[in-house]
Amino acid sequence: MKAMVYRGPYKVRVEEKDIPKIEHPNDAIVRVSRGAICGSDLHLYHGMMPDTRVGFTFGHEFVGTVHEVGSSVQNVAVGDRVMVPFNVYCGSCYFCARGLYSNCHNVNPNATAVGGIYGYSHTCGGYDGGQAEFVRVPFADVGPSKIPDWMDEEDAVLLTDACPTGYFGAQLGDIAEGDTVVVFGAGPVGLFAAKSSWLMGAGRVIVVDHLEYRLEKARSFAHAETLNFTQYKDIVVQLKKETDYLGADVVIDAVGAEADGNFLQHVTASKLKLQGGSPIALNWAIDSVRKGGTVSVVGAYGPIFSAVKFGDAMNKGLTLRMNQCPVKRQWPRLFEHIRNGYLKPSDIVTHRIPLEHIAEGYHMFSAKLDNIIKPLVVAGQS
Amino acid sequence: MSETATPYIPNKRKPMRSAEDLRAQIPGWGADLDPADRPSYPREQPGIETGARWDFPERQPEKWPRERSVEHAFLPPVFGTSTPPAGVSGAIRRYAYKYGEGRAAHWLLLVGADRVDAWEHHLTSLLTLRPDNPVTETGVLSEFSRHGISSRAGQGRADVKHQWIDPLIVAGPWVLAAGGLAAVALRILRKRREA
Repeated sequence: MKAMVYRGPYKVRVEEKDIPKIEHPNDAIVRVSRGAICGSDLHLYHGMMPDTRVGFTFGHEFVGTVHEVGSSVQNVAVGDRVMVPFNVYCGSCYFCARGLYSNCHNVNPNATAVGGIYGYSHTCGGYDGGQAEFVRVPFADVGPSKIPDWMDEEDAVLLTDACPTGYFGAQLGDIAEGDTVVVFGAGPVGLFAAKSSWLMGAGRVIVVDHLEYRLEKARSFAHAETLNFTQYKDIVVQLKKETDYLGADVVIDAVGAEADGNFLQHVTASKLKLQGGSPIALNWAIDSVRKGGTVSVVGAYGPIFSAVKFGDAMNKGLTLRMNQCPVKRQWPRLFEHIRNGYLKPSDIVTHRIPLEHIAEGYHMFSAKLDNIIKPLVVAGQS
Repeated sequence: MSETATPYIPNKRKPMRSAEDLRAQIPGWGADLDPADRPSYPREQPGIETGARWDFPERQPEKWPRERSVEHAFLPPVFGTSTPPAGVSGAIRRYAYKYGEGRAAHWLLLVGADRVDAWEHHLTSLLTLRPDNPVTETGVLSEFSRHGISSRAGQGRADVKHQWIDPLIVAGPWVLAAGGLAAVALRILRKRREA
């Protein structure tokens, strides 16, 4: 089969690999029809995530058709069209039994601090991902779901991470009616977080980024006010002015490890890899939220320490809430929102890239060329 | 309306847009206003239905000594089988897993192993029919087909402002390390000649 493989920082290519095999009775093998490149894949691509091995296949957003099932699989069958959450999880450990699927303890030998994630380095379990023609899906009775007949395949692939993660980020904010919500990052997760903030009753939603074309999308897709942080001497002061010097009630960090806007942080994290991530957006969030407010973090950070302004968070009495999204928990309610016309996930898709051209896709997405917001990966067509 | 800014008085000065206006203007506004409608509220939901029919999953065969965190009580029953550790980078990785996740040494060794791994593969690829190709593998040709210049010029992007120095910062430690190694090698050679 054809699969994307990592060759070192900023280098990927397509190689022929063996089709994955059933390794556990509850495995399935899925033939991928649509995948995606996620902003967090760029952390791997840039060499920021520890234990990212040459030869590894990325990709944690994918949908496809069940090709083979293990002997104990009951809930999906060969030929079913399935959507697969980015979380690999068992459904029965201490954490899964409480709905914390993203914190599963039975699927990641390499680390206890993070659960299993498809195609996201050995730090997240060493599972090859879905930027390939086939992928191994453990716990097929637990993770994947059949794609409803009424659902568009491109909406389904957005429901495997970006859309539920944004929706989850808004939930972590504990938004109350009339709250002012600031979202850092107008990428896919930030756009969905902004859109979801309205569902939870926000009175104002402000999205902050430095890419004008993405801020335009935040205005048109998420009905948000926008601020370009490069146009202000100090974005935190500007946000204070915007909120009558109170600060926002809720701030969502939808940027994560490669935030820009502070040279020292950028250099030490993104370039020299001396931090687990560049916490610029997180520090801005801590400083621009009101005292007693809530900071929600759904931007991804690596496991190495980061220079976070924890003193401000403590002194302001903030609630910091964060996690990787337990995707499948979000699906029933998100399905309702899509059917009611509140949300059309595939509206943010800008590019469809054949798997064979994935190196160009990574470069475009990394360098933010061609007004790219969300690139999908199309397997088996070129 | 008071001239005193909000934080100095009991309530927000600027009233929010009315719920009726918001509902009329924003599709789905307030649909999840009640926390009970939010799927991740409360955060922990003991007894949630997951589809699992086991208390502890059957174990997947371990085909090589699978590296694992020392914070695990045992090898978890299911795991990824991509790219087993090999070569010098593999040895560094196995060593890194002797340290707990709370130790910087664990992560920094793994990051170091990643760099070694990349060089190992770049060098060995030269012995194959498909050596690494920095042009095709970096996708840099998309700069020409996907508007590399107009995507940056005049856009005010924060990353463009420091892009000129990024290669120096990335290359700097490698150049310094290479210079240091060369200096050490020269010193050893000199000492041998003198001896």
